[in-house]
Amino acid sequence: MRHVISLLLENEAGALSRVSGLFSARAYNIESLTVAPTEDPSMSRMTIVSIGSDDVIEQITKQLNKLIEVVKVVDISEAAHIERELMLIKVRATGKDREEMKRMSDIFRGRIIDVTESTFVIELTGNTAKLDAFLEAIDRSLILETVRTGVCGIGRGDRILKV
Amino acid sequence: MVLTGAEIVIRCLQEEKVDYVFGYPGGAVLFIYDELFKQDKVRHVLVRHEQAAVHAADGYARSTEKVGVALVTSGPGVTNAVTGIATAYMDSIPLVIISGQVPTAAIGQDAFQEVDTVGITRPCVKHNILVKDVKDVAPALKKAFYLAKTGRPGPVLVDIPKDVTAQKCDFSYPKSIAMRSYNPVIKGHQGQIKKAVQLLLEAQRPMVYTGGGVILSDAAEKLTRLVKILGFPCTNTLMGLGGYPATDKQFVGMLGMHGTYEANMAMQYCDVLLAVGARFDDRVIGNPAHFAQVARKIIHIDIDPSSISKRVKVDVPIVGHVPEVLDEMLRQIEATGERPNQEALAAWWKQIDEWRGRDCLKYDRKSPIIKPQMVVEKLYEVTKGDAFVTTDVGQHQMWAAQFYKFDKPRRWVTSGGLGTMGFGLPAAMGVQLAHPGSPVACVTGEASIQMCIQELSTCKQYRLPIKIVNLNNRYLGMVRQWQEFFHGNRYSESYMDALPDFVKLAEAYGHVGIRVENPADIEGALREAFKRKNDLVFLDFLVDQTENVYPMVQGGKGLTEMILSEEL
Repeated sequence: MRHVISLLLENEAGALSRVSGLFSARAYNIESLTVAPTEDPSMSRMTIVSIGSDDVIEQITKQLNKLIEVVKVVDISEAAHIERELMLIKVRATGKDREEMKRMSDIFRGRIIDVTESTFVIELTGNTAKLDAFLEAIDRSLILETVRTGVCGIGRGDRILKV
Repeated sequence: MVLTGAEIVIRCLQEEKVDYVFGYPGGAVLFIYDELFKQDKVRHVLVRHEQAAVHAADGYARSTEKVGVALVTSGPGVTNAVTGIATAYMDSIPLVIISGQVPTAAIGQDAFQEVDTVGITRPCVKHNILVKDVKDVAPALKKAFYLAKTGRPGPVLVDIPKDVTAQKCDFSYPKSIAMRSYNPVIKGHQGQIKKAVQLLLEAQRPMVYTGGGVILSDAAEKLTRLVKILGFPCTNTLMGLGGYPATDKQFVGMLGMHGTYEANMAMQYCDVLLAVGARFDDRVIGNPAHFAQVARKIIHIDIDPSSISKRVKVDVPIVGHVPEVLDEMLRQIEATGERPNQEALAAWWKQIDEWRGRDCLKYDRKSPIIKPQMVVEKLYEVTKGDAFVTTDVGQHQMWAAQFYKFDKPRRWVTSGGLGTMGFGLPAAMGVQLAHPGSPVACVTGEASIQMCIQELSTCKQYRLPIKIVNLNNRYLGMVRQWQEFFHGNRYSESYMDALPDFVKLAEAYGHVGIRVENPADIEGALREAFKRKNDLVFLDFLVDQTENVYPMVQGGKGLTEMILSEEL
């Protein structure tokens, strides 16, 4: 099962490597990992997407909690939550492809944020499936490069992760 | 008061009432050693290899309730210490390791004797800290001692660059430390404890299984009281020996790979299992799928939530400090006034006694060659069961665990989790320094002892009268045993050729050496050794080369699938 684990941790040097080291040392799987400081600069928030059985996910959350710098751990995928990922795609945009690419970007509610004579950079946010769908929908041969942030997630409504 | 970083380090150690630091000097820690020189409260023990510094601090910690402290230099000082740190980590031993680091400006420049200490040690410490500012030295050390001994204990490393030890700042030792990210649970959940007590009182075939957590939390007395009140059988893991008196009739011996027949059978066929400060590891329950074939209710008390339901699903998890939880259990049992069903219990004991009747630890007592088991039995007799016993790793370790009956906690010092050969002698040094005047025996083998043999020199310098009981079978005994059982008697690289003359070797270091080749001489030699109160005595027992440790559960097999000794 795919799980989205959110954690708050001290914004200290080395905290990230403790988390990533834990995953590799115990052979847990990381699909994606994103991290940045929160509104309180002393703390970072991390979102980890992992795939594993319920037992493995339980161990992951327990082991994460055991790290001294980790303040709080929640498996946000246990209940209603929202996931978003940001992707930047550079595509070849010449001739008739230019109009087609603009149209596809509009359909997926993307934004063209850089334009040259022959290329566009499209900014697209959404959940993982939507970003994948966009890549499927456009002509593969036109993709020059892509970069994705990985998933970040938040609980819906009253489900709040805060110290 | 303005002090240098090095002065602050020493002041912190004094504040923590550290009496011994085990270490080895080098470039990056010269300022710290200079401050050590100028005072006499904190005594330094100069080992001959950094691995031994950490093992000695570890032995000191295991045999006391205190935090062990080691001090090493950067680079190779740290890499040598890693085996010791990992050993302590696997057995949850509270240590503070202070390591020197190259000056801050040189970090990352591939400087002389530079390693990424925090990176190398990260997977084998409870926590580690690189101190980049002299203002952070005192808080880092305060935090290190606090983390090492609270919650599930473990080693904490503080890495201090050389320039930081020379810089100055105002010193005051923090009285307390608050961390929003670290608050170990102390009290167990009341409702869970109630459920557990109910299960225990209703049990028909109960079993109590306890591990190192009982020793580390000093809960042996409370555990014994609980087991006595309930009248249940009790087993200890290798790490848990001494948690329940081994000479008591409710004790069914150690369990696990080389546990007793009765302990393993009772573990498998009980209907209610109380696990206390233990972690169901692979050497203890064997194959978890086989263990789960029999239905039983499991209550698990542990301070570390990640130990619970890791290998075995439990029914009543109780996260908390073991003595606190046991106290509450005792209180609730007293309050109910109920006792377990005596009839069911009597039937269960009858079954256990039948298993006991197999006499699974029997060996040939009439052998003309020394049987290693007999040496341990005699050691037990001669020391009246009151010695501190450290071991290395292998057959001798298992025989020591099986045949030395520990009635008290913190007398048994062995590397359980990591299984570190070379642990025994340096650990014995820490134990002897913590308990001057008490008998300390290092039960070892001719292979293990050579892994830290250089410490015989340290023992001479500090006049540590350790008794080394070398069960010399000229083989890597446990490796040979596995090769005999599972690799068609092909003894690949397990014969120890070209052994030194241990008697002469001991003498070369200024100690006493005695070789024993005849079973009739075992007791006399041991008595002679322990009579020499001021001498380290190296007892080299030439034992049966092909003796095996029984019973044995093969790796990956079920707990009850034991290989027993041949009929004698």
